[in-house]
Amino acid sequence: MFKIEKKSGNKHPVVLNISSIVIAVIAAGVVIALCGYNPVVVYREMIAGSLGGAYYIQETIQTAIPLIIMGLGVAVCFKMSFINIGAEGQFCMGAVAATYIALNSNMSTPVNWFLMFLCAFLAGGAWCLIAGLLKAKWGVSETLVTLMLNYVALKLVSYLQNVLWKDPKAFGFPKIANYPKELQLPDIFGVNIGIIFAIILMVFVSFLLNNTKLGFEISIMGQNSKTARYAGINTAKVLILASIIGGGISGIAGVIQASGVQHTLNENISGGMGFTAIAIAYMVKMRPRNILIASLLFSILIQGGNYMQISMQIPAATADVVQGIILLFVLGSEFFTKYKFVSTKNNKEVA
Amino acid sequence: MMDALSLFLQITVQLGTPFLLAALGGMLCEKVGNLNLGIDGMMMMGAYFGFACGFTTENPFLAVIVGAIGGAGGALIYAVITITLKGNQTVTGFAMAIFGAGIANFMGQRFSGQIMSTTVTSVLGPVEIPGLCKIPVLGKMIFSQSVFVYISIIAAVVLFIYFKKTRFGLAARMVGENPATADANGINVDLYKYVHVLIGGAFCGLGGAYLSLVYVPYWQTNITAGMGWIAVALVIFSAWNPVRAIFSCYLFGLLKASAIKFQGTSFNIFGFEFTIASQIMDMLPYLLTIVVLVITAIVAKNRSVGPAGLGQAYFREDR
Repeated sequence: MFKIEKKSGNKHPVVLNISSIVIAVIAAGVVIALCGYNPVVVYREMIAGSLGGAYYIQETIQTAIPLIIMGLGVAVCFKMSFINIGAEGQFCMGAVAATYIALNSNMSTPVNWFLMFLCAFLAGGAWCLIAGLLKAKWGVSETLVTLMLNYVALKLVSYLQNVLWKDPKAFGFPKIANYPKELQLPDIFGVNIGIIFAIILMVFVSFLLNNTKLGFEISIMGQNSKTARYAGINTAKVLILASIIGGGISGIAGVIQASGVQHTLNENISGGMGFTAIAIAYMVKMRPRNILIASLLFSILIQGGNYMQISMQIPAATADVVQGIILLFVLGSEFFTKYKFVSTKNNKEVA
Repeated sequence: MMDALSLFLQITVQLGTPFLLAALGGMLCEKVGNLNLGIDGMMMMGAYFGFACGFTTENPFLAVIVGAIGGAGGALIYAVITITLKGNQTVTGFAMAIFGAGIANFMGQRFSGQIMSTTVTSVLGPVEIPGLCKIPVLGKMIFSQSVFVYISIIAAVVLFIYFKKTRFGLAARMVGENPATADANGINVDLYKYVHVLIGGAFCGLGGAYLSLVYVPYWQTNITAGMGWIAVALVIFSAWNPVRAIFSCYLFGLLKASAIKFQGTSFNIFGFEFTIASQIMDMLPYLLTIVVLVITAIVAKNRSVGPAGLGQAYFREDR
């Protein structure tokens, strides 16, 4: 027989990750076939709807923007073992703050732009900080607080859309007024300029985590909060700073989505992408560059799924099934990076 | 007035029941140290498989069982990854939620808008117990309910006794508190974890099946509407106590029922006109959960009320 042993060393498991994704795609194909659809057709259409032509590629990249940015925000928190699963809520609060500025501020356009991003960052940061403070002060589980705050934020958006900020010019239709033209994020090569923000933020987060004192303190805290305290790190301060930065980055995803894609604020603005972003960030071990790559790959699935819904009446939920299976396979495969099978027969002979 | 109150209480219990079933499911997982954030996904799977079976076979009993198996099936995937493969429980739960909702919405598309047959709903829907249901105010709440309601209450009491009084329950708690000690005492840690997580998943599946077979009862996309996530919080809210879960889940049912009842109602307080928006009412359960989390944390100081080994994978060779 064999037994399981811990592996020594920590090699980056690229081959393993790729092979588990391949197996997951095949497994998802089996599930799709069991549901009575031809998996080859489904995958072909998915690729056609996400990469087959300039327009589709632009849409795919556009879909990836919020995933990348929220993934980066989450990474800052996760690196600290601060399990912030509230990206969705922080995203919404960022969008709410930006929308307030866009619809009410009378300043000049550049000032408004600055205010929109600043307020979105602060609103997202504040939303995450609630959990950070509760954890620092009383040790309340941040996982659950951030989870609950997601729904509070989503309901708040729904309230604003249906009641408080309802556009009187929309003939009773519950929608918030569109952003003024000059406050809608422009496009570059058909993709909104948010992609540039995403890349800048990737560089920023990468620098923050790898090259700054704060980043170092964050990673020490992530490994062991007791060690961090003995080493003289002001853990409460780091916790608060990192949760503001992490939440704030997700807030920026909110302003980009509202001003660049939707041109307004509505209930469906986040569409559950916060959850996907978290899973992606975890899956690639919070490495900023890999978050970018993985988000682009996942947005192929999402955009492809949306395309299939319209073109072939195959439910867009197919994309969720494939996503879920990939995530589950990658999570399961981690086992093989940490442990190895050792034949007990050989051991006996040695003994 | 009395009738309205009676009806209101009946709805409160009806709305609390999916919470109760799901929270009991979550509790079973957490008692053996597995944080289950995939409850919503398991509910979706239970809702779909229960509905699909009820719709095609028109057999209510089979539908309930298949619903439970659907939830347990989701739990099996979760269990293999978190118990055997020692995967991260939080993220696996997340992936499970995405997968469960995906599979249910994907496969359920063909049932979209279809109504459950009356053969099924007449058996599983509210059954009036003659005489007793005429008791003023409380009659309808207690004696005119779906069989799911009675199952959930009995299950809560049985689980309470199980964890408090039986040898197996004690062993299960030990697994959740300190798996290494449990292992040293000859308890098969992985087996206990598997059994509890699977039964927990079955409960979540029942919660979902209640929604699709009785409460709604037609197929709609995202039928659970995120109820499973509240159930995660309700486990803590009830301090991992199944009997307390009955009350906390009905309290949340009450909040939801009030949200439906009082939305759009205007109040005049000190000359100010207030209109209760349903969205604000909908926030209350979540805000209340945060308040409870904070209070529990303050009261408990540094010692946690929940199972000490919650969220950590147990690997024998690591001891």
